[in-house]
This record gives sequence, C-alpha cells and structure tokens, in this order.
Amino acid sequence: MSDTLPKVPDTASAPPSAGDGPARPSPLARALAHPLLWPVLALVVLLAVNVAAQPGFLEVRLQDGHLFGSVIDILRNSAPIMLVATGMTLVIATRGIDLSVGAIAAIAGAIACTQIVGAADQGAASVAIIASTTAVAACVLLGLWNGFLVAVLGIQPIIATLVLMVAGRGLAMLVTDGQITTVNNDTFSDLASGFVLTLPIALIIALVVFGLTAVLTRRTALGMLIEAVGINPEASRLAGVRSRTIIWTVYVFAGFCAGVAGLIIAANTSSVNANSLGLWIELDAILAVVIGGTSLAGGRFSLAGTLVGAVFIATLARTIPTIGIPSEANYLFKAVVVVLVCLLQSPKARAAIGSLLTARHSKGATS
Amino acid sequence: MTQTDVPPATDDVPGQATDDGPTPATGPQPDPGTPVVEMRDISITFGAVAALSGVSLRLFPGEVHALMGENGAGKSTLIKALTGVYTIDSGTILVGGREQDFATPAAAQGAGISTVYQEVNLVPNLTVAENMMLGREPRRFGMIDHRAMNRQAAATLERLGLDVAPGSVLGDHPIAVQQLVAIARAVDVEARVLILDEPTSSLDSDEVAKLFEVMRRLREAGVAIVFVSHFLDQVYEISDRMTILRNGRLVEERMVAGTTQLELVQRMIGRDLEVLDQLDREPASAAPTRGTPLLTAVGLGRKGSLEATDLELYDGEVIGVAGLLGSGRTELARLLFGADSADTGSVEVRASRRRLRSPRHAIDRKIAFSSEDRKGEGVIADLTVADNMLLALQASRGWLRPIPQATRTRLVADYIEALDIRPADPNALMRHLSGGNQQKVLLARWLVTEPDLLILDEPTRGIDIGAKTQIQALVADLAAKGMSVVFISAELEEVLRLSDRLVVMRDRRKIAERPNDGVSVSDVLEIIAGEARSEEETAHV
Repeated sequence: MSDTLPKVPDTASAPPSAGDGPARPSPLARALAHPLLWPVLALVVLLAVNVAAQPGFLEVRLQDGHLFGSVIDILRNSAPIMLVATGMTLVIATRGIDLSVGAIAAIAGAIACTQIVGAADQGAASVAIIASTTAVAACVLLGLWNGFLVAVLGIQPIIATLVLMVAGRGLAMLVTDGQITTVNNDTFSDLASGFVLTLPIALIIALVVFGLTAVLTRRTALGMLIEAVGINPEASRLAGVRSRTIIWTVYVFAGFCAGVAGLIIAANTSSVNANSLGLWIELDAILAVVIGGTSLAGGRFSLAGTLVGAVFIATLARTIPTIGIPSEANYLFKAVVVVLVCLLQSPKARAAIGSLLTARHSKGATS
Repeated sequence: MTQTDVPPATDDVPGQATDDGPTPATGPQPDPGTPVVEMRDISITFGAVAALSGVSLRLFPGEVHALMGENGAGKSTLIKALTGVYTIDSGTILVGGREQDFATPAAAQGAGISTVYQEVNLVPNLTVAENMMLGREPRRFGMIDHRAMNRQAAATLERLGLDVAPGSVLGDHPIAVQQLVAIARAVDVEARVLILDEPTSSLDSDEVAKLFEVMRRLREAGVAIVFVSHFLDQVYEISDRMTILRNGRLVEERMVAGTTQLELVQRMIGRDLEVLDQLDREPASAAPTRGTPLLTAVGLGRKGSLEATDLELYDGEVIGVAGLLGSGRTELARLLFGADSADTGSVEVRASRRRLRSPRHAIDRKIAFSSEDRKGEGVIADLTVADNMLLALQASRGWLRPIPQATRTRLVADYIEALDIRPADPNALMRHLSGGNQQKVLLARWLVTEPDLLILDEPTRGIDIGAKTQIQALVADLAAKGMSVVFISAELEEVLRLSDRLVVMRDRRKIAERPNDGVSVSDVLEIIAGEARSEEETAHV
C-alpha cells in the first residue's frame, strides 16, 4: 500500500469530471428528489380538501384536559394502521409481506374479550391487563409461526402468511364461538377512547411502538442488517449476517404490532366480531408502507414515510364522508386516490415532473 | 477455401476481410460435403462493445461440433445469433445453402435449429409426453388425444434409446433425465441442428455416458450437433470438429482428432508457449515455515461440484488455485468457507475439527471469502460504501452492538485511503461505484474483520489494470504480514506471480499441488492438459 503521498480524501477535492459527476443539485431538484415529498404533499392536499369542505376541520380545542377535533380523531383512528404498518415496513424491507395481520388482530381482540367476559370480576383493571397481555402473547406466537414458515421452511411470504390470513379468522371464530362478544371494562375501553396528557391513549401507544422501532432499527445496526438482507440475501449470508434470525424476528414483530392493533380496535367498540375486526387492515398497512416510499422489492425502508402513509389512509377514510362521496362509491374513490399517489411515487413519473420543473427553472436562470 | 491458419486475434478491420469465401481455416481433414449451417463473418456489438467480430462457424450433418473458448469468448453470443435471440450487425447465415435471417427464436426453430439450454426449461408438473408434445399435441375432435400423444412420445424416446415412461411426471425424474427429455423434445421437432449448451454441467459420469449415447444416435441420424462444454475430456470423447473462439474472435476451426489438448488450451487462452515462458515472474516470497496448518481439509467434497479433496493451508502463505473454468476452483473455495455444505470430509481450523455449516461459522473462525460473483454475492447495491464495508464486521458483532460512530468513520476513511477507493465518499451508494472500486470495498469488508485466512475468488476479474495491480500488491502485502490467502484466478500469470504454492484443478478435482518454484504458465497448462493425456493413454491401452 502506497501511503507516501499525503492524500486527503475529501469530497470537495473530487476530480473535476463535470460530465458524469454528481453535479450539485439545485434546492428545488433536491426537494423534488426527497422521498418524503410526495407522501407529505398528498397528505397536505387531502387536508386542504377537507378544510375546503368543512372550514372548522383543523380546529382543535382543549376540553376537560383532552384535545378534541377532527384532526385528533383522525390521529386516534390511525393508531391501528400505524401499528400494523410499522411491523409491515420491516417485513417488506426483508422482501417479505405479511397478509395475516388482519386475522391476527381479530385473534387478539377475540382472546382479550373472551377472557374479560369469562373473568369473575369483569370490570377489574387487572383482568383487562392480563387479558390484553395474553392476547398479545398469542399474537407473538402466531408471528413465530409465520416467521418459521418463511425463514426456516423457505415458503414464499405471500403464501406462508396467506395460510394464517385464512385460518386466523377461523381461529378467532373458534375463540368467540362465532358470537359477537361485548365486554364492559373501562380499563379495556380506555385503550381506544382514553386520554393521557391530553392525547388519546391509542395514539400514544402507536407512537411509542413506532418510536421504539425507529430507535431499535436506526440506533442499532438492526435497520442496516434488515436492509442488507432485503437488498441482497445471498451477499448478506456470505458476509455472515444471520438472515434467518432477522427474517424470523420481523414476522414476530409484525405479529406483535397486529396484536396491539387488534386490542385497540376491539376496545374502540368494547366488542369483538371475529368476522370483521381488522378486515382488510393488511391491505391498508401495505398501502401505507408503499405510499411512504418503501419499495415492495425490499431493501431501504422509511419508517417516517410509513407514518405519513398511515395518517394519509386514516385521513382519506375521514374525507370520504366529509366531502359527500356516497358510501357506494367509497372503495372506488379510495382506489382512485391511491392510484394517483402511487403514480406520483413512481420514479418515472417523478423524473418526468422533476425534469419538467428543473428545465423551466434552469431556463429562467441561464437566459 | 484458404488453407492458412488464421492468426490469433488479429486486429484487421472487419469488412476488408473476405468477399471470396468463408474465413475458417480447415483442419487436417477435408470437408465432408456441404454444411447444413454456415455462419459467415458474424459481428455483433452491444453498445460500444464488440461481442463478436467476424466469426464464422460451419456445421456439418452427422458431426458433433464443439464450440470452445474461455468465459466471455463469445460462445453464447454466437449461439444466440444462430438461434435468432440476437440480431446480427453484419455477416450472413446460410441454412441448407440459403441465406436466412432469423428474427425470432421461433423462426430458427422452424428452420430446424433446436437448442437445449443448461437449465431445463420444461414444465416439471406435466408428464414427460406432455412436455415433449407441448404446443403441438395430437388432437381428436378438438381435444388432446392423450393416447396418441403418449404413443408418439414413446416412439421418440425409443428411437433415442431412453427408458422413460411417457406418462410419468417430468419433475419426478432426476435433472439428467429431464435434460434428455428436453433433447428428445428438441429432436422431435425435426431438428437438423441441435445445440447443447453446457448439457453436462450438472450430470454425473453415468448420466454423461447416457447423454453421449443419445448424441451418437442423433449423429448417426445425420443431425449436426453443437456441443458447448468446459470439460475437455468430454469434448474429446464426443466431438468430431471444433471451433475455437477467443475474445469474440475466431481463432480457428480444426478437427478434434488432430489437436492435442495442450494445443487447444493454448489457443483458448491465446498465447504461445514460447511467449509465455519469456514472461518474467517475480519469485514468490520464500516458502514460510510450516508448523501446524491453519486449515486442514480432509476428503472435502460435494456431489456434482467437487470430488473429495485434501488441502492444508499455512499462515502467511499464498495458495494459488489454477484451472480452467468449471474445473472446480470456485467450488473448492465455497466449500472451504462453508458457503455450500460439504457432503463428505471435514474442514479443521486451527485443530478444532468441526464441520463448517455456514459462512457464519467460517467467519467466527477468522476465515473470509470474496465471491467471484461480485454483483450477486458481494455488493449490496443500495447501501452506502460505509455500510457495505462494515457489513461483515457488524454482522459478527451482532445487531445490538453497532460499531461506534468514531470507529466507523475512522475505519472507513482508513480503508478508502489505503485501497484508494473512488469516489472517496463513505456515503456514496455502492451501485454508483465502478467494478474495481466495488471490489476494493468488498476486500475492505473482509480486511476490517482481520481474518487469518482470506479466500479470493477471481478478485481481479473485470476490473481495470490499475485496480488489478493494486489488489495484487495488497495480497502480497497481507501474506507478508502473516495472513494466509487462497488466490483463485483465471489468469495464470497472476496466480503464478502471487502464490507460494500452487494447486491445479481439473474436472472438479485437484490434480496437482506443488511449490511455486519457477513454475511457468506452460508448465501449468501442461499439467492441465497432460493429466488428460496420461489418463487417455491408460484408458485406451
């Protein structure tokens, strides 16, 4: 190794190859290239639509030490999607997908409600806590099952989790005996409707899980290893990454998140209907992840993007009645909006828009 | 037709060359009639790269024609030109004397040119007969006539001497049989030309014998067969004529019978022995003192990739592994690292006899392996240079113990400077680096783990000369500091320049191991070719 020359590795002293070197992009181009731009923009547009339809939309007032308002409602309602999407982000980053989260949420609700109903003192706080813990523990076991199928047996994730997507609702039905189980427990319903420090408990739970995930993935090496496994599994294996353990872990985590989400959904109505609890939430979560800019091909993931995506989906659900879309057109409208957002996300469309804007911009600068 | 030998890899301008006939020089034997396919002066460029320039090929009915050349010589490009996968930029293709221009693979197949690729592309969950008749099933009242289909398939199989039940499911058969079914399907389409691209690479010797039996029958039936294989013995066993390519150019066409294996290898690699012997070689550093071996492999083998091999590696020693493509050099490296699991034998590292079950095991025992497949098995394209460089170290620390930011910055900056990685930006995405710089990052990935043994499979392939010499110097330097290095390269000069000891591979086994004391490239070529010769002699006596 020749180290006689005092070489100063410095990006500023890069060879002046103006042709192909990464020329310093203009602030506009950089903003356009920022991965969070489009999801945030879409959310802003959606909020603007709501404000136009309902001028008091953004109003938030403090009442009895609680924050009230449409925005707070949306955030509270977005908690389950936020939770499920957080787990889903990590699964997708490993090139996987988890279709079973909706069914797992139903199982969590079913177990928790059945336990509370069966307890001697239905209203006791301890009963709610024990029931919730049991439910989440069961969901972790279901996540272990998913992870086993994918990481150990090597079954394609979409198939492996489809098993539980179908069977899971059946399990939930078995737990509830096919009945709609209604509970009467204040501690449990506080999960959805309670407030702490002026904020809804559901939102706080979702944000805590989200924050812990962000810290665990970005402050440790976990995020990088997950991305490495998602981008090139074989190269990662040869570099000594325990890809099997990592893949297994993300499915367990997705199960955990789905379980907590299921509790919140059940607590919201203080009841569980195994047929409908968390129905299609897996698709909403996948949408939130994709809108947030994480590619379904795996690899680089953006938790912040997922957060924005989850809030976007929750806002969209709220927008539909607000602007007077008939309920029959509900799904169609949602589909159209999602297609639009995904179009904006596509690199090709983005490049086209970007070059259009920068071309005009540089024209103005040079002439 | 010209009788002169075409000089190897001439630089003459294409187009000036030939209006007066085909370029291929004839071997010692006269032509047996008219070729069924004649490709004249074929050139194909991809972008600025000339994949083929002025290559000619003649296929005669009832002959097995071996297409020879090292990796990247242009064999597959030539085949794809013939089968209509690639369109040719210049040159002509004559089939049965008439000029043809195949726009699609289907057009080529319609003209009687069938190809069986290395990977079987049939439908595993259909029956053998269904696969053979796929797309041209006999019909009765508009429905598939299964009985007629099975009967026709059985007849074809019978003709080829294959004992396969037409009604059995294809996927239930071993790969070798599936391959034979693919051939049966190909010849059933009235093939005049059958192209077999590496058909034997996943077959064992019995299966190869069965394949050759089928090839002989087809040859007798007048089919012209193109045979591509990296196994020289197989080429010599089955082929009549060969065309040798190098760097996208035609070297020559010869009869197999009049060509020694040594001549063939020289022409494939492209240097005359005299020239090679004159190449000056730096003597390798004095053989290090022995003592206990760092790594001992006993009977290490894996079905279909490496026969049982013994090997001992010592500290501070560079072992050069020489051999042609497909000789088992990569397979040996992968087994030493535990990248593939061995069927037989064991690897003992520092006298702890435990089978290496995974790369992770090997890394924990201070072994590092840089794969020949940089893109597929090395680079994490969407991560930064820094992440790529620290991946192996981070993986062995575990995710809970991230490398502290200060250490991270220092390590990455050190290695970027030491290996002269450009751009010198730790946050550049790996995908934006050139091949040579990616290779350096991958080397750094292993060097930061401070291994005792570094296995380098083709570390200099496809990178520019500057980076190449830097990597060579680095290897020498590491060995001088006590690291043991296994150095695998298709470039024999490079292997000889760097190694203290030499392992020569051929046909998936180690055929020679000797200290590198003044061994020349021609010595190695003689070992590779000579092995076959002596084997042939003993076999035929």
